[in-house]
Amino acid sequence: MQPSPEFSPPRPRPGSGLMVWIGVAPFFIFAALFMLLPSFSLLVGSFRDTQGHFTLDNIRSLFTPSILSAYSISIRISLTTALGGGLFGFLLAYAVTLGGLPRWARDALLTFSGVASNFAGVPLAFAFVATLGRLGMVTVLLKTLGVDIYEIGFNLYSFWGLSLTYMYFQFPLMVLIIAPALEGLKREWREAAENLGASTWDYWRMVALPILTPSILGAIILLFGNAFGAYATALSLTGGLINLITILIGAQIMGDVLYNPGLGYALSFGMIVIMAINMAIYYVLRRRSERWLRR
Amino acid sequence: MDQNQRAPLRQRLVSWFILFLGGLYFFVPLIATIDFSLRARKGVLSALAYQRVLSDPRFASAFTFSLEMALLTVVVGVILVVPTAYWIRLRLPQLRPVVEFITLMPFVVPAIVLVFGLIRVFSRPPLLLTNSFTGTQILLVAGYVVLVLPYLYRAVDTGLQAIDIRTLTEAAQSLGAGWWVIITQIIFPNLRSAILSGAFLTITIVMGELTMASFLVGLRAFGPYMSQVGQNRAYEGAALAVISFALTWAFTMLFQFVGRRALGGDQAFGAR
Repeated sequence: MQPSPEFSPPRPRPGSGLMVWIGVAPFFIFAALFMLLPSFSLLVGSFRDTQGHFTLDNIRSLFTPSILSAYSISIRISLTTALGGGLFGFLLAYAVTLGGLPRWARDALLTFSGVASNFAGVPLAFAFVATLGRLGMVTVLLKTLGVDIYEIGFNLYSFWGLSLTYMYFQFPLMVLIIAPALEGLKREWREAAENLGASTWDYWRMVALPILTPSILGAIILLFGNAFGAYATALSLTGGLINLITILIGAQIMGDVLYNPGLGYALSFGMIVIMAINMAIYYVLRRRSERWLRR
Repeated sequence: MDQNQRAPLRQRLVSWFILFLGGLYFFVPLIATIDFSLRARKGVLSALAYQRVLSDPRFASAFTFSLEMALLTVVVGVILVVPTAYWIRLRLPQLRPVVEFITLMPFVVPAIVLVFGLIRVFSRPPLLLTNSFTGTQILLVAGYVVLVLPYLYRAVDTGLQAIDIRTLTEAAQSLGAGWWVIITQIIFPNLRSAILSGAFLTITIVMGELTMASFLVGLRAFGPYMSQVGQNRAYEGAALAVISFALTWAFTMLFQFVGRRALGGDQAFGAR
């Protein structure tokens, strides 16, 4: 049924023999089989009906309220945690690199960030249930102090609860990405600015921030993608009850609960499109920031 | 760090306060989980939940299974990446952008989408793999290799940058070494710490991975096993979370320790 896509490695330049290409053949065959072919089949599938004819119905069916709302919640959670995690991560990285703290604070923070950015999925969800669930430590502690956060409207298994949980791996990632950029700010630039009569504020506004902007935006884009593709954490925390795009795709794989096999393809296709736009922006920004931060 | 002296007191206080908030965010969930995992017996602190988890035969089998998958991922990943990265640097630098693009694919295609595509492609002839356990294991390892490709490739490529592969290759060739000898006896040993740091990161990512494992092999793997235990028995779930955190900690430390020597501190992030 599925036509196998044509995958041809780039043509050898004149002068280089065919033998040269054999060295990289395993890698390209692997990439073709396990990366390109699956993505390609999703792409083809989203424009096909059950008989194999071309159709736009699958794509059109994305524009129903419940699916649009899943995309919207996924995007909003990713934006919230990317901006929140980005801001807090930046402040933390700033505090330990330029904020006058001793060297061990920086090393400790970077180590903790390395661990926390890798701590995600099932165990992270359990940890937050034990912290902010109905019987969680912080929930109970606040209750004895007279504040019932669930009365006020907080719910761990909702938008803000999930965002708070994602933050656990989002802000450490920001620290890891942005700390080297902050350390890359040369002292000479600051001294030069001060010699020319700039205040601290002038220096940040006209020198440091313009240099850091591509790195900061690039990092925030990475954080966005990081949250947008997250599935395990959300599933374990909410048991699949939150309407995220990844949860919808998971349900679709489980057994076509939406009674439309083409829809699963279209959902995935939509995700890839958003991630691709995201990465394209990242790529452009990274090239710009590399001009300044060459070590 | 003579900046310490120059930073005004107010700024240092603000810095300490931000660091304190970060520490709170980092440690409170950990403390809460540890505390919770010790409360399986009513009214007293006990290690009951841990005893139950560790005596469950499914714990050992799921743990070993995922560890095996992780090690296979490392082996396959290294075999794919090292010769390719070497060859690209030595003979085919014009292919570098293509390879870089491929290694960035996991950032565009999230795990849940990739596993969906893998299932669709490999559940029908001519590429039928999902009908046997061995087949699904092959798919799982392949999926994990894709997942860790960005980090592994970067680690190895940075490692290659640090050694003069052209001179090493020419020296070996002039002594009569073939390609097999060059790759296995010259390149691999020189990349030991880069490969090791990639391996530690791979194990960290694969051990608790849920998304791919749950759709391909189900409860046999550690991630889905943890998830199921946690749904039914909260204390055991917390104990597993603590164990899993300890593992993440240990392997991240190893990764950072080896990585710092090998790469001057490379970083990455894993499966969510």
